[in-house]
Amino acid sequence: MHDTVSLRPKSSVSIRELSLSFGSVKVLENLNLDIRDGEFLVLLGSSGCGKSTLLNCIAGLLEPTEGQIFIKDRNVTWEEPKDRGIGMVFQSYALYPQMTVEKNLSFGLRVAKMAREEIDRRVARAAGILQIEPLLKRKPAELSGGQRQRVAIGRALVRDVDVFLFDEPLSNLDAKLRSELRVEIKRLHQALRNTMIYVTHDQIEALTLADRIAIMKSGVIQQLDDPVTIYNRPKNRFVAGFIGSPSMNFLTGELAEEGGRPVFRTNGTSFSLDGYDAAQPLAPGRKVILGVRPEHIKVDGDISGGEVHEAVVDIEEPMGADNLIWLKHAGHTLSVRIGGARRYAVGAKVRLAFDMTMASLFDAETEERI
Amino acid sequence: MANISTLNTTVAGIDAVSSRLASGPRGRKPRRVLSRRNVMLYGTLIVAALYYLLPLYVMVVTSLKGMPEIRLGNIFSPPLEITFEPWVKAWAEACTGLNCDGLSRGFWNSVRILVPSVVVSIAVASVSGYALANWRFKGAELFFSILIVGAFIPYQVMIYPIVIVLREMGIYGTLTGLVVVHTIFGMPILTLLFRNYFASLPVELFKAARIDGAGFWQIYFRIMLPMSLPIFVVAMILQVTGIWNDFLFGVVFTRPDTYPMTVQLNNIVNSVQGVKEYNVNMAATLLTGAVPLIVYFISGRLFVRGIAAGAVKG
Repeated sequence: MHDTVSLRPKSSVSIRELSLSFGSVKVLENLNLDIRDGEFLVLLGSSGCGKSTLLNCIAGLLEPTEGQIFIKDRNVTWEEPKDRGIGMVFQSYALYPQMTVEKNLSFGLRVAKMAREEIDRRVARAAGILQIEPLLKRKPAELSGGQRQRVAIGRALVRDVDVFLFDEPLSNLDAKLRSELRVEIKRLHQALRNTMIYVTHDQIEALTLADRIAIMKSGVIQQLDDPVTIYNRPKNRFVAGFIGSPSMNFLTGELAEEGGRPVFRTNGTSFSLDGYDAAQPLAPGRKVILGVRPEHIKVDGDISGGEVHEAVVDIEEPMGADNLIWLKHAGHTLSVRIGGARRYAVGAKVRLAFDMTMASLFDAETEERI
Repeated sequence: MANISTLNTTVAGIDAVSSRLASGPRGRKPRRVLSRRNVMLYGTLIVAALYYLLPLYVMVVTSLKGMPEIRLGNIFSPPLEITFEPWVKAWAEACTGLNCDGLSRGFWNSVRILVPSVVVSIAVASVSGYALANWRFKGAELFFSILIVGAFIPYQVMIYPIVIVLREMGIYGTLTGLVVVHTIFGMPILTLLFRNYFASLPVELFKAARIDGAGFWQIYFRIMLPMSLPIFVVAMILQVTGIWNDFLFGVVFTRPDTYPMTVQLNNIVNSVQGVKEYNVNMAATLLTGAVPLIVYFISGRLFVRGIAAGAVKG
């Protein structure tokens, strides 16, 4: 006799049928999204896909044309940004240049006319968490990029908000600092357990940080799943091609049957689909696209059985830890990732085998996963 | 042995090359002081400077001469006997119409016109520029286009209608009336100036301030104003020189006892009665021009400092 509603995990941010258009340009269309309490959600997409627009809508900086936004089960669609219980970190840091770090951190609290002692306590706490105590008396201009971004995070931290919004916070930093701060943001999330919504176009940030990733394209969420599922079982061809670097190999062909078992036939050769976990029956004759990631193609010594094909090495790209080789096989060029110590001469013959358990099949028309 | 000797000659050869390399051009290339380029550059600059400074020189020396010396006709010669009489006369005794208290009356009138006009126009224009740049409201584009068109309409077209409006409001011929006119006419260009400046500030600052809970005025006073010293100085220079040098509105919208300094200067210089006192005229002109000049000197410094402060980007 328990009511089932209470069993539903409490959602922190819910977006219901959200649409936004600037004039005739539709940026977001009928978007639904539920973000769980304490979840780290990454909105991932190339520029112009509407991910920052969505974040601005959640923050209350943009008015949606249609739809509702709930934060902590409260309808905040018409609320001012400050009343939504959110803190936001911007790509350009957006620190107030004329204020010291301390004043930057406390600005929101001073605007809210909070008691002096409480302000000091919160600033000290945030500075402690982010290890920026020695910087409190400095102006933003005297800080490095990484320090500035830490202060910007601190500004969200002092406000004791339920939801953190990050708008490409690491994109202005150099590669080394970016990976350092990425770890710090992850650590911060593990310590605070706040809901965090993080917008980025960097798939490494998305894969490393996210509990769940929402991949967006032209204002529509293509797939919302945990990083492992997104990476290994992409819902459609766009997601498959967007995630992963070097990107997935795509082969166009059709389904067929050989000896009663499904095969993928292309350019006169065929690959056995044994081991492929299909969601739909593999009807012969259907036009499909086979997607295999470079690390899921085995060559020579790595092959542990199954069907083996012959190919020729076209180009070799050593990348340190890995070695990427481009193979020519039946009119296709395939990229294959192997260990960095294994080298091949151009023109060398190799044997290759696909790991079909990790491959993806998409319908050639709809580009949806089969 | 043979090997060693060849080795030695090779080493010697390398030494020769390196010493030749060492004696070749090195460091900054020497330049002649009297090159053609320098002569052209500095020659043009000096000629241009003389061209502008010569009239000023004539004015200063003439204002320091007595009338008998001026009648000798050597306008470029320095004064034989320096006298400040013309300056005193221009400031305190020169007659315009019925009043014989010199330019001082016009000076104070101009100050009373200038201060409120500058303050009010900058205050209103900066707020409207901020609103236009950051708070997208319905009709903002239309409002802005109207303002820009306003900046290009010649003043003369609007003089008569404004006279009627001021008369109906009962402030025609008063300093208040002129202040209102100056404030209104400064609005288009100043609003444009402020809008463009605020639009050039990163929009994330504005967003961050809104998330921090600051409202329209708090963002304006606590975020935007402290970052905008340079543009305020520019606006101030623009308005001070424009309003101080204005003649048209001054002569149309005021009465003789409220004439600004420029109008009074004209009345002194162009008086047709009696002897033309060139020294007094020169002194009066210099006195009238002194205010914008001083503003340039003072605010020029502030301006540089303002730019330096503005360069500190977050």
